[in-house]
Amino acid sequence: MFRILRTRIKQGHQTLAFPPKKEMPERFRGLPKVYPEKCDNCQLCTKVCPTNAISLSPLTLDLGKCVFCEECVSSCPTKAVEYSKTLWMSAGKRDDLLLDGKELKLAEALNEKTRKLFNRSLMLRVVTAGSCNGCEMELNAIGNIQFDISRFGVQIVASPRHADGLIVTGPVTDNMKLALEKTYAAVANPKIVIAVGACAISGGPFENSSCANKGAGSIVPVDLYIPGCPPHPLTIMGGILRMLGRISANGNRQVSKV
Amino acid sequence: MTKNFAVLKNARLCRRDDIPILDIDNWRNSIVDMCKSHEGRIVSLFGNMKKGGGARLYSILGIDSKGELRIAATDVVGNAYNSITNDLVQAHLFEREIFENIGVEPTGHPWLKPVRKSSGYNYYSLEGDSIHEVAVGPVHAGVIEPGHFRFQCHGEKVFNLEIHLGYQRRGVENMMISAKPSSRRVLAESVAGDSVIANGLAYCHAVEGLGSREVTQRARVIRAISLELERIANHVGDLGAIANDVGFLPAASYFGRIRAEFLNLLLELTGNRFGRSLLRPGGVAFDIDPDMVEKFKLRITRGVSDAVDTAELMFSNPSVVARLEKTGIVTHDQAKEIGMVGVAARASGLERDARRNYPAGMYRFKEIVIAKCSSGDVFARTRVRYIEIKKSADLILELLGKMPAEKIYHPIEALDKSSVVVSIIEGWRGEIVHAAMTNENGEISFYKIVDPSFHNWTGLELALRNGQISDFPLCNKSFNLSYAGYDL
Repeated sequence: MFRILRTRIKQGHQTLAFPPKKEMPERFRGLPKVYPEKCDNCQLCTKVCPTNAISLSPLTLDLGKCVFCEECVSSCPTKAVEYSKTLWMSAGKRDDLLLDGKELKLAEALNEKTRKLFNRSLMLRVVTAGSCNGCEMELNAIGNIQFDISRFGVQIVASPRHADGLIVTGPVTDNMKLALEKTYAAVANPKIVIAVGACAISGGPFENSSCANKGAGSIVPVDLYIPGCPPHPLTIMGGILRMLGRISANGNRQVSKV
Repeated sequence: MTKNFAVLKNARLCRRDDIPILDIDNWRNSIVDMCKSHEGRIVSLFGNMKKGGGARLYSILGIDSKGELRIAATDVVGNAYNSITNDLVQAHLFEREIFENIGVEPTGHPWLKPVRKSSGYNYYSLEGDSIHEVAVGPVHAGVIEPGHFRFQCHGEKVFNLEIHLGYQRRGVENMMISAKPSSRRVLAESVAGDSVIANGLAYCHAVEGLGSREVTQRARVIRAISLELERIANHVGDLGAIANDVGFLPAASYFGRIRAEFLNLLLELTGNRFGRSLLRPGGVAFDIDPDMVEKFKLRITRGVSDAVDTAELMFSNPSVVARLEKTGIVTHDQAKEIGMVGVAARASGLERDARRNYPAGMYRFKEIVIAKCSSGDVFARTRVRYIEIKKSADLILELLGKMPAEKIYHPIEALDKSSVVVSIIEGWRGEIVHAAMTNENGEISFYKIVDPSFHNWTGLELALRNGQISDFPLCNKSFNLSYAGYDL
């Protein structure tokens, strides 16, 4: 017991403030920025983009397909694409993820009735449907003492019967389609679905797979899209809390009025 | 008999014409003989269809004690051949995979059940008065990948555990052939998202081998540092998961946070917590700057010191150790028979570590000491991880002081025609094998991946035999196998 206490004191308090006070590291690839006016249609980026996330004239980047690699940024001679360190990029509609140089329309809070139900207590069930385990590791991380999403009343539960909604990862493989449909049906109404990661939003690198679908939205209706490959735990938390109306427009936490 | 097989080097090119084509009986008997009497084992066994029709089977064997890889092929006459599994158990899953992928039947295979199909299959079942069956998955209680587990129990006692996978099947191997190079890299990194660096590196070594190119020593060192960071992060995470499953919560919480320290180092180096986009054929995309070296040394030393404190806290607690010891035993002989690899194999006393046995890249210049235990239980698998955390940290600290000033990337222009490369990387879980072939135009025409989980899922089944069903979560965590890596 003495040893446990001693280690506890040495470990100290490790939970991060939310939103975080420290800036992300220099090389962190957050929300991409596109500058259509700088683009001269040379097509170098579309040739190298691994998931065909970029279309030209005008330059548009589909954040739902983007795997946040370096290819477009390092190939572009006019610097029409670059990464910012912004963590916040979750959207409520699939079309809002098309970046065309205008400001990204972030997810809005749920309608008042649903928000009233969920904003202080949201129980979620995760269904992995062809994900590589990357998104799973970050979803596990949001529950650890560092990110600790449970301080906001959000928890991951063991059964869809206990859940208010689903988190789906992966492109939804043919072999997982039935399991996802059944799990979705097992959640009581009203329910929400959150697609986490490029695969769950669009199929990502597996868009052209012969044995997978094109993301969660091809099987069940999706209420929140959290882009990334995988998204940073803070990005996931930001998306969920914004949907619950717990984050104001300037990115700060707000005490709910509901 | 062994002279029939050609000698192969890890990540080095071999002409397709130089692969001996044996007649099927000789091929089959040589595999059995080399694995039974000459300490060999199956590293990979696969087949593909020839252009003119008919199937060709390839076997890649590893002789760990000599550090030698051997390859030979055979042409199947008709659509069936005499199964190897009856003489050599470790071939069982490879032969089922060959049957499922290309339809060549290993005649006499004891149980030719599907490898990655979710329906149309009857599970093994026991019958008797008090026998009951427990079915779990594909959707599990925790945040983990989908798989189906069937327990045949008598009370708490598990007579048999059957693991059926395939839910994560995305068709990675086929996509590797048609995809453009940048997509291939992303696909390789997505084989298993917890082994981004290991799979990415196996892919890079395969392409570099096919292009007969070497990367600079600086690139090799950066690659090795990231591979060891991946190993430490995952091992620390596993120790936390094991602590959680035995209900020792202080260690579970601390390890969760300590793991992030190592992921955040990968983030500083590569811009992503799992090291995505760092590796590319020809080198690496990000350098370790001089000011990073000192920062990394400091943070690694501190992180490992925290991990050691927490691990010692765990190992000095008698109730934790009592729960880990003698739970989920896989004996040395069993592990050898089913061809286990990686952490689980070393915990059962096998000296299998590809960094030592088949060194490539930086490991050619640095001999790794294999961490092993002999008891083959959950305790041993936990202990091996703990030892490896410390050894990997020492290795990184040493490498950070040995970085020659060189370029980190040289592009690879073209691949050699009609060639084969077998690339083996010891990831944190065990050996990852990528085999790639080019056609007469120098394009990749075949790609085969073997995840360590492919060998080791059978080990988990054996670990549960005659154990308690309540031991399952703990055994499962102590193996921590990949579903996506198996399903591909």
